[in-house]
Amino acid sequence: MEIRVPYDQYIEVHKYYAGTVFGVVLMALILEALLPVYFRSAAILELPLLVTIYFGLSRRNPSSGLLLGMAVGLAQDSLGHTPFGMYGIAKTVVGFVASSFGSRIDVEHPISRFLLTLVFFHLHNFVLVVTNRALLGQHEPYLETKLVIASVVNSVVAVFFYALLDKFRKSS
Amino acid sequence: MPTPSRHRSLGLFAAAIAVQVLLLAVQIRRGQQVRLIRVWAIESVSPLGRGAAWSVDGVRGLWNSYVALRHLREDDDKLRSEVSALRLRNAELESRAAEADRLGGLLGFRDAHTEVQMLAARVIGATPDPSSSHMVLISRGSRDGVRRDMGVITPEGVVGKVFAVYPDTSQVLLLTDKESGVGALLGGSRAQGPVRGSGEPQLALEYISNDTKVEAGERILTSGQDHIFPKDLPVGTVTQVQPDRHSPFLKISVKPAARLDGLEEVLVLLTRQEFAFRKDADKTDKKDADKLAPLPVASATQPKTAAPVPPPKPAAPAGPPKPTPVALPRPANPPAQPKPAVPETPAVPEKPDAPGTPDAQGAPDNQ
Repeated sequence: MEIRVPYDQYIEVHKYYAGTVFGVVLMALILEALLPVYFRSAAILELPLLVTIYFGLSRRNPSSGLLLGMAVGLAQDSLGHTPFGMYGIAKTVVGFVASSFGSRIDVEHPISRFLLTLVFFHLHNFVLVVTNRALLGQHEPYLETKLVIASVVNSVVAVFFYALLDKFRKSS
Repeated sequence: MPTPSRHRSLGLFAAAIAVQVLLLAVQIRRGQQVRLIRVWAIESVSPLGRGAAWSVDGVRGLWNSYVALRHLREDDDKLRSEVSALRLRNAELESRAAEADRLGGLLGFRDAHTEVQMLAARVIGATPDPSSSHMVLISRGSRDGVRRDMGVITPEGVVGKVFAVYPDTSQVLLLTDKESGVGALLGGSRAQGPVRGSGEPQLALEYISNDTKVEAGERILTSGQDHIFPKDLPVGTVTQVQPDRHSPFLKISVKPAARLDGLEEVLVLLTRQEFAFRKDADKTDKKDADKLAPLPVASATQPKTAAPVPPPKPAAPAGPPKPTPVALPRPANPPAQPKPAVPETPAVPEKPDAPGTPDAQGAPDNQ
């Protein structure tokens, strides 16, 4: 499907097989919960976030992107100890922004995916900190070494993870 | 074909964020375990309430400070005049109350001495020039039964005597006048001597010999020898005793018992009947009893209704016949006396070593 945008620039919107989005999201949530049990270092991964970014960049629809982010975030909140809406707000913002970005730039190149993931990771954390400070009154740092390392690791993983998820696209 | 509306996605984004924020607010408890959403609700409404209160206070303040003050000046003037009128009224009432107290005192004194005929009178005038004479004008005259040389007293003590009588008024010569005098005696030693006025507030007790023991504070009473005042009425109190080197007599200053500088009501003694000087009708005031001279045994046992003629003293020279208790006689021809009279003439006795008590004489008519 092609969407005609001003200046005759064509941006491809990807579609996926039925149940792909739901299944990937579910798998990401489960792996997010299980992997740290067996691999302690896996706790640094943010698979639900990577999924939100991927589908937001791929679908290029801000509405669906933000709704997907909200759903993923609320699901993550339900499985964790954080209040409902904590991750939901953060991933809603990321899904909306990612979808808005995806409709303007090429997000297929690995380097762009790496950089975009890095940026969205920090954006996600920023929203989380702001929400914590504003609503919970907890003063968490905006930036720290552990966070930078995590953002790099997740960005690297995202390059490969996104390539894997590309297999589930419907051929146009 | 229109592109997907950016506004719709933004609206959806805002709605999604808002819903999740509300969701968080419902779950999160702050401070005193109050849900965050309740805190937000209160904090969102309270500024409106504060603003409304501020507005109302502002309008009210404006009204009270400016609009309602339009009639302030008129109200102020009205209140000031009301306060002035009330002050005058208060002063008038206080004066009346004081007058009532004084009249009550007079009435009590008169009730305490029902055996004595007295006539209450109001002081209605005074001497314009106090340096020349000390006299007051009272509101009773010949029509009320006042006669010349009648004694005038107050519940505190002797005031003076009637000097001149008119149909509705009378002049009273005060004790402090230079021409005034009264037969007196010391309350302690009972030594007798005239008390004269000098034009000053203090009186002088004369012809008390140097060897008489006189102390400051000793009471001076009437002796009755002047035939004007009954015996044992308070005249005053000794304030100063000084021996006179050039004379065998003491210089004794006496403070009058009655307030001669503030007379408002007085009592005119219509008779010379002796009586026990008491202030109140019901009971004697303890304080005042201390001030009163101790009553001689003779006068205390005298019957109140009768007015006997005092026994003549052997040393007393022949004088006019004794007056009856009912009214003061007015001798037609004052007899010649070997010794000077007390009330009128200020002449010094010829023989200083024969003090004696000067006799009262009928004074010549006032011209």
